[in-house]
Amino acid sequence: MDFDLTEEQQMIKKMVAEFAEKEISPVAAENDLQEKFPSDIVKKMGELGIFGTVIPEEYGGGGFDNIAHAIVAEELGRVDSSVRGIYSVQVSLVALTILKWGNEDQKRKYVPRLASGEILGCFGLTEPNSGSDAVSMQATAVEDGDSYIINGNKMWITNGGVADIAVIFAKTDKNAGARGITAFIVDTKTPGFSTRDIHQKLGLKSSNTAELILTDVRVPKENILGEAGHGFKVAMSALDFGRYTVAAGCVGLAQGCYDAAKKYALERVQFGKPIAGHQLIQEMFADMTVDIEAGRLLVYRVGHLKNKGIPNTREVCVAKLFCSEMVNRVAYKALQVFGGYGFSGEFPIERYYRDARINTLYEGTSQIQKLIIASRDLGISAF
Amino acid sequence: MKIVVCIKQVPSTEAKVQMDPTKGTLIREGVESIINPFDEYAIEEGVRLKESYGGEVTVISMGPPQAKDALKTALAMGADKAVLLSDRAFAGSDTLATSYTLSLGIRKIGDVDIVICGKQATDGDTAQVGPGLAQRLKLRQITYVSKIREIDAANKKITAERLIESGTQVVSASLPALITVVKDINQPRIPNIFSIKKATRAEIPVWGARDLGGDPKDFGFDGSPTQVVRIFTPPPRQGGEIIEGEASEAVAKLIEALSSRNIL
Repeated sequence: MDFDLTEEQQMIKKMVAEFAEKEISPVAAENDLQEKFPSDIVKKMGELGIFGTVIPEEYGGGGFDNIAHAIVAEELGRVDSSVRGIYSVQVSLVALTILKWGNEDQKRKYVPRLASGEILGCFGLTEPNSGSDAVSMQATAVEDGDSYIINGNKMWITNGGVADIAVIFAKTDKNAGARGITAFIVDTKTPGFSTRDIHQKLGLKSSNTAELILTDVRVPKENILGEAGHGFKVAMSALDFGRYTVAAGCVGLAQGCYDAAKKYALERVQFGKPIAGHQLIQEMFADMTVDIEAGRLLVYRVGHLKNKGIPNTREVCVAKLFCSEMVNRVAYKALQVFGGYGFSGEFPIERYYRDARINTLYEGTSQIQKLIIASRDLGISAF
Repeated sequence: MKIVVCIKQVPSTEAKVQMDPTKGTLIREGVESIINPFDEYAIEEGVRLKESYGGEVTVISMGPPQAKDALKTALAMGADKAVLLSDRAFAGSDTLATSYTLSLGIRKIGDVDIVICGKQATDGDTAQVGPGLAQRLKLRQITYVSKIREIDAANKKITAERLIESGTQVVSASLPALITVVKDINQPRIPNIFSIKKATRAEIPVWGARDLGGDPKDFGFDGSPTQVVRIFTPPPRQGGEIIEGEASEAVAKLIEALSSRNIL
């Protein structure tokens, strides 16, 4: 086993950390307050090739490995979870999913432009009445000549209101359950495709979250992603990519919480010494350290499996479950270190705390992760 | 245009650097190394010159094998080639021996139009290597450059602004020349992923004393007339005296304290 980062992983880490520090950190609090989508940052990330880190060179990426991909999510997550979320959706849910399931034409058409940030993507699986139970989705796609006509609503879609393309899941056969679902690549400018931005979220306020409303959206058959009826498999594999960067983003966010709390604890003096010197504060720091390091190792282990091309659904769920719960524990303790100041917007810990919360909910709740892990281990599915 | 940028690896400016009082050197073990911050501006300026006037940028460093990390970072920032000068014979070099060794490396690269150095390194703080190197290479030099106004490639001329204490001085010199740069000159770029990939794939040649030729007595310790007699960390500043109490009493005490020290 080798626990060292390679030279290129170290260089990517340094580069993204520098970018995050110089370009994202100064505006993160204001973007959060104004619910402002960080278009400038997204543009710069595109120019630096950050979206293309894990994309193969032949499709316009940098051809770096999956651990470098996690490191990008980690370093973005350390300063701004909204930006990390944009990255996760763009790269993991959309670009990597098209790379895995798309035909050569689709890969050539979309992946280089996603890698460069020229276009943004979103991923439409969840619906107002269909979350964990994805198979119960109500969106339909009806064959009509060379096209399909899609109708339905998609809910809580990150990048939904700003995306150029959407991976949309809809039922092509209502009676076939999971085997009746098909994935499509939909141009969001297609007539009948509209969006409604969702506001007043608890966190991720500067990332765009929208409802997608598809009314008689005509999509050519050549835009089917994978094969008709294989959409559920496409969705599940996309979540294997997505959950990986969510877990990595949680490690980064937890590190951000820790770093902020450490700085404060060394400066804040009570009872005649920095509070970092008090035993009950030290206990919280030790707990946070153990949590963060364990989470990081789980994430990198998944990266190792992905690099080797080994199926990793179970291991991704283990990492996502642990890291998403972990970051909430760490954010709680880090805020506790700040005392009353943590409750105000004066320090970034308040934003970190709010941003931590989503992670146990999206891309599969913690409960769903547990059911996947246990069903794999026990051989009996609970759903 | 053939551009050479000289860089040095130094302890991170965020690290707490400790001195070895017996050896008279910095303790580098366990301290993160970075590119000398002023040299980052030199790299950036070299890459910008290439982008404006064409040509290629070679970065060169004298140092231990791990200085390759600094050279790779320079490649990621857009330099085309890198050379490391590394040999046990170079150990213990002062600024004289360093500029000698670098000059041999730059001669070996050959046909250089412009050499760019940071104004000084953040560890030694001498600002001697750039000018020393110009002398060895018999190049015109413009130090403390805050802006390159123009390079006239046809007439082989450079016009640059120097940051001096009283303001800005505009100087022209014929090429080839050496300049040292200050941080006002540009904003070093963040590398992109493609240049990082290119950098990680680059082979960096290592030239030792034999490759450079030159006189063994001018390298390293033997070639260094400077002796560090003593190196030490100044004692931390002690906290001042705080006079407490009501303003009227406190002011009286303050006056007394200042008078008793013959300050008032």
